[in-house]
Amino acid sequence: MAHAPRKLAAVGLLAAAALMLSACAGSTNTPAASSPAESGGGATSAAPVSCGSAPISIAENPWVGYSADVAVVDYVLRNNLGCTTKISKVDEQVSWQGFATGQIDVILENWGHEDLAKKYITEQKVAVDLGSNGNAGVIGWYVPKFMAVNYPGIDDWNNLNKYADLFKTAESGGKGQLLDGDPSYVTNDEALVKNLKLNYAVKYAGSEAAEITALQSATDNKTPLLMYFYEPQWALAKYPVVKVKLPPYTVGCDADPKKVACDYPPYLLNKVGRAAFVDAGGPAANFIKAFLWTNDDQNQVAAAIQGGATYDDAAKAWIDANPDKVKAWLGQ
Amino acid sequence: MTSVMAPALTMSRRRIGLGWRIVGLLVLWVALWWWLGGQFVLESGVPAAAQDWLQATVSAIGDGRLTNPLFIYVFTPITSALNGVYNGGVWLTQQLGWTGMTGIGAALALMVAGWRMAVLTALGMLSFGVLGLWEQSMQTLVLVAISVALSVLIGIPVGIACGLSNRFRRLLMPILDTLQIMPSFAYLPIITLFFLIGPPAGILATLVYAIPPTIRLTDVGIREVAASSVEASRSLGATVRQVLTDVQLPMSRRTRVVGINQTVMAALSMVTVAAVIATPGLGQAVLGSLQILDVGGAFNSGLAIVVVAIVLDRVISAASRRAGAHRRTGRLRLTVWGSAAALVVLGAALPAVLPSTAKWNSAWVHPISGPVNVGAVWAKEHLYPYTMSFTEWVTIWFINPLESLLLNTPWFVIVAVVAALALIVGHWKPAIVAASCLIGCALLGLWPSSMVTLTQVIFAATITMILGLVVGTWIGRSRWADRVLRPILDAGQVLPPFVYLVPCLALFGPTRFTAIFAAVVYASPAAIKIVGEGIATVAPNTIEAARSMGSSTLQEIGKVQLPMARPIILVALNQGIIYVMAMVVIGGLVGGGGLGYDVVKGFANESYAGTGLAAGFAIVLLGVMLDRVSQSAGRVRRTSSHAV
Repeated sequence: MAHAPRKLAAVGLLAAAALMLSACAGSTNTPAASSPAESGGGATSAAPVSCGSAPISIAENPWVGYSADVAVVDYVLRNNLGCTTKISKVDEQVSWQGFATGQIDVILENWGHEDLAKKYITEQKVAVDLGSNGNAGVIGWYVPKFMAVNYPGIDDWNNLNKYADLFKTAESGGKGQLLDGDPSYVTNDEALVKNLKLNYAVKYAGSEAAEITALQSATDNKTPLLMYFYEPQWALAKYPVVKVKLPPYTVGCDADPKKVACDYPPYLLNKVGRAAFVDAGGPAANFIKAFLWTNDDQNQVAAAIQGGATYDDAAKAWIDANPDKVKAWLGQ
Repeated sequence: MTSVMAPALTMSRRRIGLGWRIVGLLVLWVALWWWLGGQFVLESGVPAAAQDWLQATVSAIGDGRLTNPLFIYVFTPITSALNGVYNGGVWLTQQLGWTGMTGIGAALALMVAGWRMAVLTALGMLSFGVLGLWEQSMQTLVLVAISVALSVLIGIPVGIACGLSNRFRRLLMPILDTLQIMPSFAYLPIITLFFLIGPPAGILATLVYAIPPTIRLTDVGIREVAASSVEASRSLGATVRQVLTDVQLPMSRRTRVVGINQTVMAALSMVTVAAVIATPGLGQAVLGSLQILDVGGAFNSGLAIVVVAIVLDRVISAASRRAGAHRRTGRLRLTVWGSAAALVVLGAALPAVLPSTAKWNSAWVHPISGPVNVGAVWAKEHLYPYTMSFTEWVTIWFINPLESLLLNTPWFVIVAVVAALALIVGHWKPAIVAASCLIGCALLGLWPSSMVTLTQVIFAATITMILGLVVGTWIGRSRWADRVLRPILDAGQVLPPFVYLVPCLALFGPTRFTAIFAAVVYASPAAIKIVGEGIATVAPNTIEAARSMGSSTLQEIGKVQLPMARPIILVALNQGIIYVMAMVVIGGLVGGGGLGYDVVKGFANESYAGTGLAAGFAIVLLGVMLDRVSQSAGRVRRTSSHAV
């Protein structure tokens, strides 16, 4: 105990000495590359317009499609506009909170979230809508493709009761099982099952990983599966599915969450920016406003990332193949 | 000898009476379920008052952030300070590079724990590079170092206060229980409200979870110091303060180090959880792999966390053993210091001499992802039919019956049954606590979720204890088994559960079974290790005596070793339950439903923040209930054996 402080002092001394030594060796000892979350502005092409010195903080929500947005936007910001960027891997809710605290500048793929839009855009006025990112979001019920082939009519809700036994599991208490996913996504499924008088029970898988694994097993082992799912989604390229027809969506049919008996609305995914960041203008904000691509574009980049490519490699491959789109975003 | 055998006999006589009373209670319960089943059943969200109030409170905190002086003058400065310390630490690791950091790590280990530990540390450091995770590992090291330093700075004074004052201790212990059982997902949104996202919030979330062991073991250490030593020094005229600094603190040093060791392990287990609020490091790598279902990638990052944990554990343990040993002679100390300095100089100067070592060469990177993925695919293809039918069998015959019994019995009958059970096995105090805990779950408006979770927790804790007793006895009796199993147990304890979620899902599907399975994987190493410790420390002469009286191996275990290790087995039970409770939220991510799902929902969805927080409290209540009932069950037998 008595010599503990001395030991601490010694450790401090050692560290200081080591630091001095490495400073001496500074010419050859380049600092390790900056952290993956913080990519320096190592612009390759000439940086034409000034982007401001503060790094642009991009939220990265946890699904691979979103990562594809980040990969491309981040690449263009650094290499075409000479910006510095900072990527924060956070949940959707936490990203919106970041507008209020100034920690997040942009969300690149927002799925509805009317409650949050009301709070942060309308009431607190700390965020602004930056328009569509071009992706069309679809939410609905899906079955693996082999089922649509083997069981005619299974992709229509009218026939689901006929097939309820097929979907029965030990988890669903004698009814057919409808597998739901991550609790942060919008779901009306319990109301839908009740109001459409379906002999099904909703089972909450609890995460996207759990749902995709279930889809993977069902496809590989040809076992039945009915699930709540969404597009764009990289897994669909690997494990094809068929969407189940629900009573069509009409405006307002989902107004009362307890009485919903219709399909989910189509989502136009949009970008959201921090008010102060957008108001300051500048090339970065203008580029993000103009950023627009299709589900196909996104799926290409997402598939590359899922296959193990780095964000920069995945982005560069797509950008090289689509120079016109990038030019349009940059107003060139 | 009789003093050993006699209690065993009375105990078995008493256990029969106890057993019949418990069976009677269960029969009565099933009869009541038969009669009243489906009536007086509470629905989810009823009553709503508690959740609504929590929701309003959380919203109010968020709204006050920009204006409230508390934020401007207290929380914001704390946030910036922590950010500064973190950035400084990371900058330091970058300046030193991999050679410098390896040199310093080895030098530190050499000074506190000797040559062998220095080699182990150096190998550990290099393995980060080999796994291709150098930067992330350094970020995690910096975060863990800051969290542990804060835990020690705050925890030791608090622990001393606990050790000196019974009243303070009584006040603090329930808070520590809550901090350890409360799922971090439940309070993460609140921490981010106060301290934003990023390293500061990550450090504080880690601190909250990791500080209890330091406090607890500092307290235990002071109380362990023999009263005679304290009295002796008192009678020589020492003041309270002098007794503390000259007797109690020095004599309790080893226990305190064990506490710090536990704090380090707890901090490491928060690495992945902290990553969801944008805390950098290995946790991000694990989550990134999970997102694309890359099992191999997740194991690769998980392995780096295991390496950090094992190196730190071994170095700290060796250091604490040394502290008790004799002081080194002057010459030896000089050699050690000289070598340590040499290591640092070598590490820091190497890049200047050999420019090729300035950066970690990508040719030296060999992650384990590939082989792991091959294995995972093989397991999925060959085992799936068996695992799936097994899952179904267990679910239909065990999980479903208990769950529907709990869900369909009137809620007050369940409260009464649990209270009666605690009364039968213990006495009225734990009965009241247990009943209050259950009533608390009902008042939070989370009765159905609580019952779903209780079902899974009962199974997980039971299996954990069975494994703990069987495997623990084995490693306690066989050095060979201990040596083979210990590294596996260590790895199981610190490997982030997120790493094995995908394989579990692939084998067992999104089911309640998967949730139970994951909880057992996570909780049993602790139970096994503690039981093993207990069995191993039973005095050898007692065993000799039993053996000389002709006891068979089974008698030796059942009548001597297990009864004598009972106090430690009770600790194993307590820890087993705490670990199982810690997995409730993870269970919610893989199909467990119940309170775990509610917590995740609250975390992911601002409009359910109140529900999430309430579910966090409900998990604590269930944990306390299970702990009190099981502890009193164990304790009453001990008192009965003492009575003889």
